[in-house]
Amino acid sequence: MSAGTLSAFERSLGRLDVDSTRTVADELDDALASVTLDPVVGAPLPFGGCSLPDWVRTDPTPAELDEAKTGVTAAELAVADYGSVVIRATPDATEQVSLFPDVHVAVVRAADVVPGMPEAFERLAEWTADGDSAIVATGPSATADMGALVKGAHGPKEVRVVVVE
Amino acid sequence: MSSTRDEKATRIRHFLATEGDAVAEGTRGFNAGRYESVGRLDEYEELKDRARAIKEDAIERLPELVDQLRESVEANGGTLYVADDADDANRYIREVVEERDAETVVKSKSMTTEELEVNDELRAADVDVVETDLGEWVLQLADEVPSHIIAPAIHKSREGIAELFETTFDLDEPLETAEELTMFAREKLGERIAEADVGMTGANFIAADSGTLLLVTSEGNARKSVVVPDTHVAVAGVEKVVPSVTDFQPFVELIGRSGTGQDITSYVSLLTPPAPSPTVEFDAPDVPMTDGETNREFHLVLVDNGRMAMREDEQLKETLYCIRCSACANSCGNFQSVGGHVFGGETYSGGIATGWETGIEGLDVAAEFNDLCTGCSRCVNACPVKIDIPWINTVVRDRINRGEGGKLDFLVEGLTPDEESGGLDLGKRFFGNFSTVAKLGSATAPVSNWVAGTRPARRLLAKTVGVDPRRDLPSFQRETFRAWFERRGGAQVPAARARREAVVYPDLYTNHVQVERGKAAVRTLEALGVHVVVPEVPSSGRAPLSQGMVSTAARHAHEVYAALAEHVDANRDIVVVEPSDLAMFRREYEKFLAPKSFERLDMHSYEVMEYVYGLLHVGAETTLLSTPDGDDAGVAYHSHCQQRTLGLESYTVAVLEDLGYDVVTSETECCGMAGSFGYKSEYYELSMDVGEPIREQFEAADAANRTVVASGTSCLEQLDALLSRPTRHPVELVAPR
Ligand code: SF4
Repeated sequence: MSAGTLSAFERSLGRLDVDSTRTVADELDDALASVTLDPVVGAPLPFGGCSLPDWVRTDPTPAELDEAKTGVTAAELAVADYGSVVIRATPDATEQVSLFPDVHVAVVRAADVVPGMPEAFERLAEWTADGDSAIVATGPSATADMGALVKGAHGPKEVRVVVVE
Repeated sequence: MSSTRDEKATRIRHFLATEGDAVAEGTRGFNAGRYESVGRLDEYEELKDRARAIKEDAIERLPELVDQLRESVEANGGTLYVADDADDANRYIREVVEERDAETVVKSKSMTTEELEVNDELRAADVDVVETDLGEWVLQLADEVPSHIIAPAIHKSREGIAELFETTFDLDEPLETAEELTMFAREKLGERIAEADVGMTGANFIAADSGTLLLVTSEGNARKSVVVPDTHVAVAGVEKVVPSVTDFQPFVELIGRSGTGQDITSYVSLLTPPAPSPTVEFDAPDVPMTDGETNREFHLVLVDNGRMAMREDEQLKETLYCIRCSACANSCGNFQSVGGHVFGGETYSGGIATGWETGIEGLDVAAEFNDLCTGCSRCVNACPVKIDIPWINTVVRDRINRGEGGKLDFLVEGLTPDEESGGLDLGKRFFGNFSTVAKLGSATAPVSNWVAGTRPARRLLAKTVGVDPRRDLPSFQRETFRAWFERRGGAQVPAARARREAVVYPDLYTNHVQVERGKAAVRTLEALGVHVVVPEVPSSGRAPLSQGMVSTAARHAHEVYAALAEHVDANRDIVVVEPSDLAMFRREYEKFLAPKSFERLDMHSYEVMEYVYGLLHVGAETTLLSTPDGDDAGVAYHSHCQQRTLGLESYTVAVLEDLGYDVVTSETECCGMAGSFGYKSEYYELSMDVGEPIREQFEAADAANRTVVASGTSCLEQLDALLSRPTRHPVELVAPR
């Protein structure tokens, strides 16, 4: 990934009104602390050298999922052109954690940001060939069905991205 | 007006008044968004070509892909069922639901399940079915059907929804803002999703090689409906299968842009069910989700319901390439004024609905709204898979005309109504044979004009062919354009001294009605040093084509080519004044002529202002043409739908600007007149409503004093009806005086 790709990603996120923060693995806890609202649920990060702080409740119950204000998950892939983060469905309830709380915080490794959809689909094709499922999520959930654009129709009202360099 | 025409008119008037504003705001917003969004995409045309190629290939190989998909789905642990028709699909779905002892099914938006009417089937089996898409849910509460393929409740205003919620839920405090309404719906639906036993979704695409579904949504309801319950039933038309996940890519980039003008929708799910995500047991709220055994069940129901037969139908086949993005609805003048449900039909709306309803429901159903297509062609460039939607409408119209016996071919010539020989209604015959009407009209003008203007005649026209009495009729000129040309002694620039040689095509309107624009075209070309001829050439066949009289149109095509071939051989350019005729030469004739003939005519024909532009840009002097008088340089220009589809609008603008005019162009897709459509009494109000934005634009302060020019005959007539100042063809402005 080139520096240009990362800044293109950040510009796309800006257009979507999605805040993004750059950090390094050692400072991930602090970065997360500043972008989450309590209570926080999460799905374990599949990145070597990166883990969620212990104040993030992983392996949540349905009640905890329901009460959480923030859900923190990994995004194992991101698309610079669109500002999309790609969430892989896992047995750790990544999909639910990214979907139910009002704020979704996606943790992305800088190396996983690709320039465009063609590159993203190369990787997605590999995942799905192995039987995996993934969600390309771009900005918050939204609807215009009630007469004006509203964020947070069924899913998060707000998305924040933490890029780990 | 006949009673059915009357009823239709009343119905349209009612919906224009009650829902028109909401529909207009939504569709026009989507359409404007589409232009912006595709404008940001450098490789837009390449993506469309790829999308088209993928669908062509997939439909070609469909049986084989379905077999492959079955293997993939089964290898993943799911079940694939191919249902022959709606009953078959409904039975299968009901059995799955019953086997799970399901009490509640949550559904995310799916047009295919609307087509099946699966909700009725499940309700009859005492299953509670809840739509989770906010728009669909509103319709479910209101007991209405979708009016748009991707924004099903587009016809509902915020106030209307607030009222609906208040009465349905007996609320203490009324909900007002969109935000309040949305949060209320989210909460209500969240409860229903939590208790649901089965989640049902559609699928936008399905990859045969991995069994992956692509689901495009914005709200997140499909995600929740899939991830919470343990059973997922996906229902999709069999045409949604593509070879592989990589094939999804162009569609992911095109679908949101084409439909709502979003670069991408919030969620694009690539589901390879059954997913490893744990189910969410809200009735065991304190058991960590990942502790439970996840025993997910997945059923994919592929629905044939006429599609495999469409695949065998050379003309309807393209319909199967449709990705249901709704761009054809959003770019359509008529659908911008009223929602799809106004015109009848069962499920689908938008330009392509004719194809879908013909294939799925049959010609009868398609006939209900096939009339609506004016053939303006504005949807053609909007469609991300490049379907020639107007052509499908024409073909279906032809089949409707022919009825079962198909005897139409004999009676298309002449105006003499021969009611026995076929089911073609008088209106169609009148407009389809407009060349005869025009010839008669000129021959007898001004008597014909006077007769047509009298009240009994108008009443007769209204009664027999449905011409609205409020429309001005074309005023036939005694001396036709060709007769004028002959009388003045033919060409005035000798071939030997000419820069080029050109045929000015004497189309029906230029020859009989808009004679002045023909004269102006000749004077302009001659001023620029062109040797002009105006031979006798048959009419292009546009009029019969727009009535669905395909074989008559084909005959015209052959005759026109025969008449012009010699000129093309002599290296003369074919200059066309009427854009809808030029569009015949450049688009529709491809269906009728031998490929070489089509190509020759296409290569040699020009729209008149395009041709003038060309002459000016190879060195002709602008001073030879008329320039604005003093400070009267303002022009308000309305191009013509088909001219714009061909990308020709800019030539007129460029020529006018080169000559010193200050040009404002119209921003509407279509002025609403388009051929015979605008004349018909049942569509009069709709036609005027479609024209409303152009009236507003041209009457606004910065355009109110400008000279109005328009390229097409129907546009000229419509603008004359909409505005209090006259309209001319742009070539009349630039012709030497
Ligand atoms: S026909 Fe084309 S524009 Fe219309 S819905 Fe289908 S894909 Fe979209």
